[in-house]
Order: sequence, then structure tokens, then C-alpha cells
Amino acid sequence: MAKTVVIDPVTRIEGHAKISIYLDDVGEVSDAQFHVVEYRGFEKFCEGRPMWEMAGITARICGICPVSHLLASAKTGDKIQAVQVPPAGEKLRRMMNLAQFTQSHALSFFHLSSPDFLLGWDSDPAKRNVFGLMAADPELARAGIRLRQFGQTVIELLGARKIHAAWAVPGGVRSPLSEEGRTWIRERLPESRATLDIALNLFKRFLDQFGAEAEVFGTFPSLFMGLVGKNGEWEHYGGHIRFTDSNGNIVADGLSEDNYRDYLGEAVEPWSYLKFPYYKPMGYPDGIYRVGPLARVNICSHFGTPDADKELREFRDRVGGVATSSFMYHYARLLEILASLEKIEELVNDPDITSKRCRAEAGINNLEGVGVSEAPRGTLFHHYQVDENGILKKVNLIIATGQNNLGMNKTVTQIAKHYIHGNEIPEGMLNRVEAGIRCYDPCLSCSTHAAGQMPLHVQLVAGDGTVVDEVYRD
Amino acid sequence: MSEKIKLATIWLAGCSGCHMSFLDLDEWLFEVAKFADIVYSPVGCDLKEYPENVDVCLVEGAVANEENWELLLKVRKRTKFLISFGDCAVTANVPAMRNMLGKADQVLKRSYLELGDVTPQLPHFPGIVPELLERVSPVHEVVQIDMFIPGCPPSAPRIQAAIEPLLKGETPKMEGRDMIKFG
Repeated sequence: MAKTVVIDPVTRIEGHAKISIYLDDVGEVSDAQFHVVEYRGFEKFCEGRPMWEMAGITARICGICPVSHLLASAKTGDKIQAVQVPPAGEKLRRMMNLAQFTQSHALSFFHLSSPDFLLGWDSDPAKRNVFGLMAADPELARAGIRLRQFGQTVIELLGARKIHAAWAVPGGVRSPLSEEGRTWIRERLPESRATLDIALNLFKRFLDQFGAEAEVFGTFPSLFMGLVGKNGEWEHYGGHIRFTDSNGNIVADGLSEDNYRDYLGEAVEPWSYLKFPYYKPMGYPDGIYRVGPLARVNICSHFGTPDADKELREFRDRVGGVATSSFMYHYARLLEILASLEKIEELVNDPDITSKRCRAEAGINNLEGVGVSEAPRGTLFHHYQVDENGILKKVNLIIATGQNNLGMNKTVTQIAKHYIHGNEIPEGMLNRVEAGIRCYDPCLSCSTHAAGQMPLHVQLVAGDGTVVDEVYRD
Repeated sequence: MSEKIKLATIWLAGCSGCHMSFLDLDEWLFEVAKFADIVYSPVGCDLKEYPENVDVCLVEGAVANEENWELLLKVRKRTKFLISFGDCAVTANVPAMRNMLGKADQVLKRSYLELGDVTPQLPHFPGIVPELLERVSPVHEVVQIDMFIPGCPPSAPRIQAAIEPLLKGETPKMEGRDMIKFG
């Protein structure tokens, strides 16, 4: 008999989600869906508030990547004020973003995903977590914890707190790095680099070990989107938007965030609070694209730092050019930590990083602005319309994780079809389906920022599944 | 060896910043592991069902939808010492900004109809996508709370100062700016 298996909640991810797996009469998987079941409401309730509050409010969209919202919001404010950020301000913002990449990617790899690799997909679910890792391999766990701590502390040294620092503002940043901060970063960098080397070597071993998983953990053609610099190099803050395909061909390049509506659409499905962005010229759902570490690594020509470029060449040799398996998100994430550490090292030695000339001041000079930044999970857009006093009239946010929604659904379906046969489903098989989602490191706090209240619908269901009573309220 | 306490964390409507701040305990997490077993947590445990007889649970986030409500009631029944963890849990904070808005259909129109350019519709899938509550509430409006740790998020040193005594079976002193300041 046809039935549905629901994984509820999906664990070791950052947010609230379920997965439904639909089995047909003979126990084969006919479909699978990734449901995001969280919903708060920023686009609407920010209206009527001063534009200057947005960095502080939108940081609260997400405790994992508050820096992304700080930066996208501040960049939107730069445009509304029509100011040029002083060079020191841009370098400081870049440094904080690189620190965030480091901490967020370390969290994804060590705390959330490595228990699957190290303890096993089928290991005891009570111990398959970061505490299990601490018991099984304390030195590795400690190194991972300290790598994340490095990123979080750089953020704190710049913005005075690790989470929700109200530091980036329209026009620049509030304060530069202190000399004490500079010394701390310099002293701690070698340890962080050493940990990253351990993680890279470890992951390359997993690649050999989990070749079969990598084949089905979201291997499919799609577009990839992200920011690149003017020479096509890896970008995380400035630059322009590029789309490439699975063969590495450039589909669109030099796109500006200002007219994102021309190339990005957002579809809605009834079974998820997360919308489904797609590449407009190809329509819905054919315009599937992926963002985040895998996309950034696929679309760029090079990182621009020696060790990360060396690793990128090896990555491309191993995956055969363009990586089309979402399993490689983990690998791309490690390359991005390496590049971030190298770029932090460059910045910490830059005289501008302690310059007090890090903010331009201005009033409201444009009534509309779009800001873009690369969050750890992908490209993030903030779009504000304001009145003459800077009071928000309309807000739209396109969040990184949402843009992977089509890809995440395709991934869980592929994994479920591969591993699940018959009505008896071992727990370890369901964990593999969840692990497909963990590849994307989805941030569902972020992605379900959307506004509003839902009409209430209460169902009283009897033991045999029949609906005894229903109440609707709108 | 003495029995470890059973520690859980749950996360309702919030940004996960409080859970991130918990992870900012960094190497002190090894101390947590000495005194506690993590029996349920979205980021620290793979178990799907909230167990019985939990000693201490940290609740992040406000109560904003039917699932938050149901989970919280279950957690209260199965937990001895429940902690309202962070400003969203304590005051409903940012998620409650939607309480000031008018009719639900007006705001839903913005998110899913006006900004959804193809297949515009309101997400609705009984049993899967939870309905939002009319009003977002702090957790103590729904269940009895044994302790509050405010902050947006509470810093890791504050979390440590609050839970270190609990792990050893003592009651922490929640007083002074370092322990109870909001924001």
C-alpha cells in the first residue's frame, strides 16, 4: 500500500524542516519533498522603520550568519545614501565576512556533518553528533571548535560581539581593528591553518571512502550563480553576478544586483514556507540554479591566494572540472576556509585595517537601493524603498538558502530513490537523506524571514486518520 | 561515577543565535559533556522524539506557530527545570514584531502572492506546514518557566555562569548587569 515516511525534524541543520518520502504500492520511492516549516516575518514588519535600523534588525534574521545581513543591509544603505565607502571601511567589512565564512563553514564541517563521516551514517543516533565526536576523537573535535572560535573572535574583535554585532553601517563601519586585535589574529592564524590542513586531508580520505555516496548525493546538472571579481576571480563582497552551467560555460555574466528582478523569479509551493527562486530566462522549474560554496568554486577562475589556488587545481582534477555533486559542497567549503584564512592574513598586515577613516556620512540621496553580499550559503540580496526621511516603504530579501531550494528537493529525491526500497526503512537510510540536506548547510532561520500571519486551521483527526472536526479562522 | 544530568535544547521561533552562543562555549563544551548527556537538541543530537525525564532544557525562541506550541507543552511535561533562553523566549522580541500588523491576508499577500511571481499561493499543507498562531508569545505565557537567561543572544560567559551550577545540581544566582541585561 502506498505510504509516506516523514523525517521530523531534520536534525543537525540550522533551522526547522521535515522531509516527506512518498512510497508507491511496491515500496519504491515515487517522490520526496523538503519542507521548511518555519516562518517569521521581516519583509513586512520592517516597513515604517528607519532604514538605519535595518542592519540591527535584519542581523536578527539569523544568528549563524548575522554578518551577511549586516553587510547586505549596509551596502543597500550605501546606495540609498549615494556614498562611497572609504577603502579602510571596505577592507574591514571584507575581513569580517571572511571571519564569518571561517566560523560558519567550520561549524558545518566539524559540528554538523563530520559525525556522519567519522562515526558512520548508521551509527547510534544518540551519539551521532558533535558530543559523540568529542568522545570519539577529542583532538579533532577540539581543533574544529577552536577553528570556529577563531572566526567568531575575529568578528568580536571588529564588532565588539560575536553574534549580532551592530558594526557595519551605511557608509562604512563604526570602528577599525585595534592593535591588540591585530596581534591576536596574527598569533592565532598558524593554528587555524594547521587545522584546515587536517580537515582537507581528512576530507580527501572521505572522498575515496564515500565515492558511492558522492555519486547520488545530489548529482545533477544545474546552473551555478554567485559573485565574481572583474577578472573572474572568487568574490565574497563586491564584483558582479555570473551564471554558469554544468559544463562550465558562462550563461550570463556582468549582471548587476540592481535589476535582479530581470533574472530571478520566486515561485511558491503549498508544502513549504520556503519559496523557490529560479533563473527567469529558463522559467520554473527548469531554471534551477545552485548557490554557495560549490557554486562560487565552480564559477570563479581562481581564488587569488597561493595555497587556495593550488587546492582548487586539485579539486578540479578530482571532480573533472565542474563539480555537479552536492556532496562536493563540503569540499568547496574547506577550500573557502583556506582562501578566507589567506585573505585574513593579507588584510591583517594592511595598514588600512587600523585606520579610523572607515565611514562616510550622508543623508538620503536615493529612494531605492539593492545591496548584495555573498553569505556562507550563497548570494544574499536586500532591496529597500524609502521615503525622503529614510523610512522604509517596501522591503524584499532574497536569501541564499532559498535559492538552493530546488536543488535540495532534487537531492533528497535522488538519495531516497537510490537507498530506499521496500517499506522497512533502516534509520541509517533516512539519515543519508538528511545528510543530502546537510551538504547545503541550509540556514532556515534566514530563508524563512518572510512576513505575516497565517489563517488558523485546526483538524481533529481520529486514530484511523479520518478527520472528525475542522476549524478554520481567517 | 555520579549520574550525569540529562540536558536538552529546543528552538522555537528565533534566529538560532542563542544556540550559536551556546556553541561559543567552545572548549568548555568538554566540561558540559563531563556533567551532562545531551539527550535532545537540533544542533547537538540526532534523536527525533523529545525524551521523558529530562533534567534541564534550554528553550530558544518565541511561540509563533502550532508546532512551537505543541512541542513546548510536551517539553514542559517531560522536563524538570525549564529555562527561557534568550530575548525571543523571554520577551518574544523580534518575532513578535509581527504582532503589530493587521489582518493576516494583507501580509501574506505581500510574501507569497505579490513577491511570488509564478504559482502564487499561500503555503498550506495540513500536518506538514504548521499554521501560524494569531499572536507570537514569550514562552512563559504558555508554560511555567523555572529560570530566565536574557540576551540577544546571551553571551557564552553568561550561559556558562548560568548553567555551570545547574550541571552540578546547584541553583545559579541570576542577578546584576552581567547576568540579566537584555539585548
